[in-house]
Amino acid sequence: MPTMNIIQAVNDALRLEMRRDPRVVILGEDVAKFGGVFRATSGLVDEFGPDRVMDTPLAEAGIIGAAIGMALYGLRPVPEIQFADFIFPAFDQIVNELAKFRYRSGGQYPAPVVIRTPYGGGIRGGHYHSQSPEALFIHTPGLKVVVPSDPYEAKGLLLSCIRQNDPVLFLEPKRIYRASKGEVPEGDYTIPLGKARVVREGTQVTVIAWGSMLHTALEGVDKAAELGISCEVIDLRTLMPFDVETMVESVKKTGRAVIVQEAPRTCGFAAELSATISERAMAWLEAPVERLCGFDTPFPYTLEHEYMPNGDRVLSTIQKTLDW
Amino acid sequence: MNLPYAPSRIEAVEREVPVNKALLLGLYRQMLAIRRIEEASAKAYAQGKIGGFLHLGIGQEAVCVGAVGALRPEDYVVATYREHGHAYAKGMTARSILAELYGKKTGCSKGLGGSMHLFDAEKNFLGGYGIVGGHVPLAAGVAYKCKYLGEKRVTLCFFGDGAANIGGFFEGVALAALWKLPIVFICENNLYSMGTPLYRSLSVEDVSMKALAFGIARDRFDGEDVLRVRARLAEAVERARETCEPTLIEVRTYRFRGHSMSDPGQYRTKDEVEEWKKRDPLSIARRRLVEEADADEGELRQIELGVKAELEDAIRFADESPPADEYLPFTIKE
Repeated sequence: MPTMNIIQAVNDALRLEMRRDPRVVILGEDVAKFGGVFRATSGLVDEFGPDRVMDTPLAEAGIIGAAIGMALYGLRPVPEIQFADFIFPAFDQIVNELAKFRYRSGGQYPAPVVIRTPYGGGIRGGHYHSQSPEALFIHTPGLKVVVPSDPYEAKGLLLSCIRQNDPVLFLEPKRIYRASKGEVPEGDYTIPLGKARVVREGTQVTVIAWGSMLHTALEGVDKAAELGISCEVIDLRTLMPFDVETMVESVKKTGRAVIVQEAPRTCGFAAELSATISERAMAWLEAPVERLCGFDTPFPYTLEHEYMPNGDRVLSTIQKTLDW
Repeated sequence: MNLPYAPSRIEAVEREVPVNKALLLGLYRQMLAIRRIEEASAKAYAQGKIGGFLHLGIGQEAVCVGAVGALRPEDYVVATYREHGHAYAKGMTARSILAELYGKKTGCSKGLGGSMHLFDAEKNFLGGYGIVGGHVPLAAGVAYKCKYLGEKRVTLCFFGDGAANIGGFFEGVALAALWKLPIVFICENNLYSMGTPLYRSLSVEDVSMKALAFGIARDRFDGEDVLRVRARLAEAVERARETCEPTLIEVRTYRFRGHSMSDPGQYRTKDEVEEWKKRDPLSIARRRLVEEADADEGELRQIELGVKAELEDAIRFADESPPADEYLPFTIKE
């Protein structure tokens, strides 16, 4: 089995699906000749030609709008937004058109658009190349939101996304684009949407994370293990619709929950998870559900290391739930 | 009158389209049915049977009927929020349109959308859109699909003068021009974006001039004669179908009612509205039928009775249909 990083796994998934299904097309800024700003679409234009891998003008609303139109009668566009921070010019297209299409046409028009975009901090990208906007889209009914945490996950989840009929925002954690490596099967396989993954079993605290924060969470959990604390770690994978059962069953077992997200704290997705756990597992909780988040500030450039959750902060949050 | 947006400012039409009686009878019937649908909607709105927002196209019928009349059934139409007439012209029934406005299960979108959300996949009618200009790039995507699959289908994208300032419009036209897509963009310029007249919203009031920036074909004419609209559109549709060249068209028109049902239209004078009503597209079509095609009153009366019966049936259908079913695409279950 070949070893890949996340970029290679995304590229492999796109290539596989484009070979399998002529309806799949890619469009975005610099996705063809340049191969994408992070090279995720590298070489695809050579194999599939410029009609299937299209460089676009710098016009995010145009990119997403056109992708919706392509999807209505059966193409399967996979547009790339160069950075998640650049998605906001297309926010109207995503929220008002893409997300509502199936519903407002009485089910006549599903809009199977999979928007890929690199997101998140940790690369010293500053204000405009670091944000984690997942909550804004989870809060938009009609969209699915999926975040892979390693190369195996990236390929299997992306293939599932392209093969189903609802619009998806596929957020790729760019901090670990190359840092996360692992074995990835060469052929076809999928990972079901809406199912979380128990990464590590444990008994005292449930730690929930997604994307690059999964690795931060594991760092903290390793430190906790050295102190004899047993944590169960859940990779949420699909943020919408999220896997309530796996999360709640785990908390019923451990009695404690820590949610790790790098987006700002207030109204972040961790708040929704915390509320859900409280509603469903109140009687089993030994301590309040804890959120470890970014701060309520524009994403910082020089103070990024202060902003990003890290292993030590994960450990102290775990300890806080045990000391309560 | 000294109005900056008075009819006299509109460029003269250089040629008259001769009357083809059978064709004009058909187009007249469509325009009449659309007007009656709009009048029935207004009445139902006043009775509380239609909720929310309702934008009527009374006065503008020649544009949608003439333009869609230049298409083939397999061509696509992407319209605006003032789209009841466009839907009807594309072959949707008065029943399915009115039932949708009423929020009934038998409506074209199962009653889940309402006035701005008319869709019919079989008729290739791709919807009303409530976000001004947001549909323009989407229409480009539909045209891309047609080109990619090698279909000889044209996409006709309507927009209003209000959309001519918004980003979505420019991004959509830019892509269509860059990728040479089989599409026609048609601006239904009714001189007001809601209550703001052209001269206060557009530095260049000729919307077709924007085509120059994209290097695509353009056209511009008055929209009260349905035969003229159809003939001029046919040229652009042919260009799109045969050479994959987009066209940007501006048609001047006028709505006799307010922007929506809640708009009394106080930003226009009575004189101005009356002046435009002299150019009512229905009256013009009827007059041309009588004067230039020897249509007799009995023949026209027959059409008018047919439309009356069609509407009575559609209103009864909408009234008697069951309300929309619940439809939740996916959600976290309580």
